[in-house]
Amino acid sequence: MSEAAFLLGQVFNGLSVASLFVLAALGLALSFGLMRVINMAHGEMLMLGGYLAYLTLRAIPGPVGIIAAMPIAFVGAGIVGALLEWTVIRRLSARPLDTLLATWGISLILQQAARNLFGAVGVQVVAPAWLNHTISVTAGPLAGLNLPAVRIFIMLIACVVLGGIALILTKTRLGLYVRAVHQDRPIAAAMGIDTPRIDCLVFALGAGIAGIAGVALALLGPVTPTVGQSYIVPAFLVVILGGLGSLTGAAVASLVVGMITAVAQIFVNVSVAQVLLLLFVILFIQVRPQGIIAIRSRALED
Amino acid sequence: MNLLAKDRRYRIAIGAIVIGIAVAAPWFVGAYTLTLLARFVALAILALGITLIWGQGGVLSLGQGVFFGLGGYALALHLKLAGLRPGALPDFMTWSGVSALPGFWEPFRSPIVAVLGVFLIPGLFAAAFSWLVFRRRVGGVYFALITQALALAFSTLLISQQAYTGGFNGLTDFSVLFGINITSNAFGAKLYYGTLGCTLLAYFGLRRLLASRFGTVLRATRDGENRVRFLGYDPTPYKVFAFTVAAALAGISGALFTLAAGVISPALTGVVPSIEMVLWTAVGGRASLWGAIAGALLVNFAKDQISSALPSLWLYALGLLFILVVSFLPNGIAGLFTQEPAADSDGVSTRVLQRFIGGHDHSSGPMKCIIIHDSVRLDGHGLRESAVKPRSDAP
Repeated sequence: MSEAAFLLGQVFNGLSVASLFVLAALGLALSFGLMRVINMAHGEMLMLGGYLAYLTLRAIPGPVGIIAAMPIAFVGAGIVGALLEWTVIRRLSARPLDTLLATWGISLILQQAARNLFGAVGVQVVAPAWLNHTISVTAGPLAGLNLPAVRIFIMLIACVVLGGIALILTKTRLGLYVRAVHQDRPIAAAMGIDTPRIDCLVFALGAGIAGIAGVALALLGPVTPTVGQSYIVPAFLVVILGGLGSLTGAAVASLVVGMITAVAQIFVNVSVAQVLLLLFVILFIQVRPQGIIAIRSRALED
Repeated sequence: MNLLAKDRRYRIAIGAIVIGIAVAAPWFVGAYTLTLLARFVALAILALGITLIWGQGGVLSLGQGVFFGLGGYALALHLKLAGLRPGALPDFMTWSGVSALPGFWEPFRSPIVAVLGVFLIPGLFAAAFSWLVFRRRVGGVYFALITQALALAFSTLLISQQAYTGGFNGLTDFSVLFGINITSNAFGAKLYYGTLGCTLLAYFGLRRLLASRFGTVLRATRDGENRVRFLGYDPTPYKVFAFTVAAALAGISGALFTLAAGVISPALTGVVPSIEMVLWTAVGGRASLWGAIAGALLVNFAKDQISSALPSLWLYALGLLFILVVSFLPNGIAGLFTQEPAADSDGVSTRVLQRFIGGHDHSSGPMKCIIIHDSVRLDGHGLRESAVKPRSDAP
């Protein structure tokens, strides 16, 4: 295996990790920008998506099962997200730190529920045949490079979702409302925008995206009750790096986090890579505490 | 005034009774319950630290398990070495094929280094860490998430470095400390009294600290950090100091817990235990010192009872407890006994700030700034600290 092939392989790995982080962090970033709350149960939306993929594939075996799983996971996680927003988060959104704790409680309950329903060991989702192969380069300067189709598929999903959200935010009326509330909540409300409804919709949308991310996760490994936990802490760091709820910021930060994770793992093991990532975040906020993309504002506190 | 004095006498009486019961406990509980009690009283020290930073300082840390672990491991390294024949290696190192004692273990041969390390290592680490974050005015939700990442990194690092840290199983099997056999029942009672003493010391020490000017500035920072800045204070050192004290307390708590439980492992320092620690304080009442002790004891006894009877029920109960306490009882148990307004950790309450400016008006921020302007001098670099002492007519 040549040097170039190895490096390209790591870049590929970094990109595929980054696309999972994008999917996991997008919902967090959207609702954080809008409501300044972080949903600690967001990881459980990933888990929910994974289990929904498992159930869908049991109901619809065959090549189209995984395609069908995505809208199902999106809607399923979205509904749970909307319920969550409506019952708990709305009541607490004036106290972001308390929201953190309450949603952590929800996360514990959902994890334990999954453990009781599906068992602690986890369930396996088998990727369909058309995803179950690897593109290998056997000749030329990049000989030895392996690109699993599943990972390419996940990158495609991330691109489609990111593009879709960007379109919704820039081209639709809902997007206009979301941007208005993001910029200035009281004025948006004064203009007649139903801000609680926008909050709820955005929250559900974010949870739905996490559901899709869960389907992607299910293709990579077994779905366990704590599957979301391993992705959620990097996703939180993505939100911190990205800047206040910025979509571009979240995408760029996901790339940064994904690449750091992939590159660090060439030299050190996973746990040290985690420490390095945290170190990077702490050093980064020394330079740019407001995140990659900062919204200029004259407000003192936001 | 009369009523206040009476109230104060009641409180002293109740406090004395509680301390009396705690001192007498070894005579009427069994040896097992006593070690359990010693463990929980040790955890109460950590909860007191959370009250300082979260309830009084408004800084939510989801990484207190890290400092608990640093303290616990500092002592455990020594305990592990003290129980060995000269020249021998801890058992797990032999199993992992390590031939020489790693360098960072060496200093812990000395019991004095270990005891100092119990609070100095977490304290210094916390000071450096929090200074880096707070000096760039990163706080609130961001700080909570960064500390959570810290807890995750710390526990995965401990697990992955099996050969040097004992890995997932942690460090256990301790026998001597300062040449005393620590496995006997007699030591159990001594440890309980030592732990109780530390807890009371921490309680009264923090009471004094919070009654001082430091405490006032800390509470003011919690309620309106930018307003505190306008008054000429730099909130960063106050927050860093509070966080450092809380971390040192967590370290002491970890060391005492390690002694009482006979084990320290990554399972006690990770993300989930760290956030559970916050719940102890939330249940007791986040801003109340006695509430923190009560909360730590109550939640841990409940956990012990429920999780031994129905293990899966405990996680449901824990989750539900988080939601209910935060939503309906933000001031915890202590809140049921006081008529103070809600300790809103995020929203801006003006109660404390009024102490600074002796304000009797209820107008919002900008108006207050104008009032301050009239009463203090400017020295070209903003407000002088000496110029913003509370007025004598402040309540």
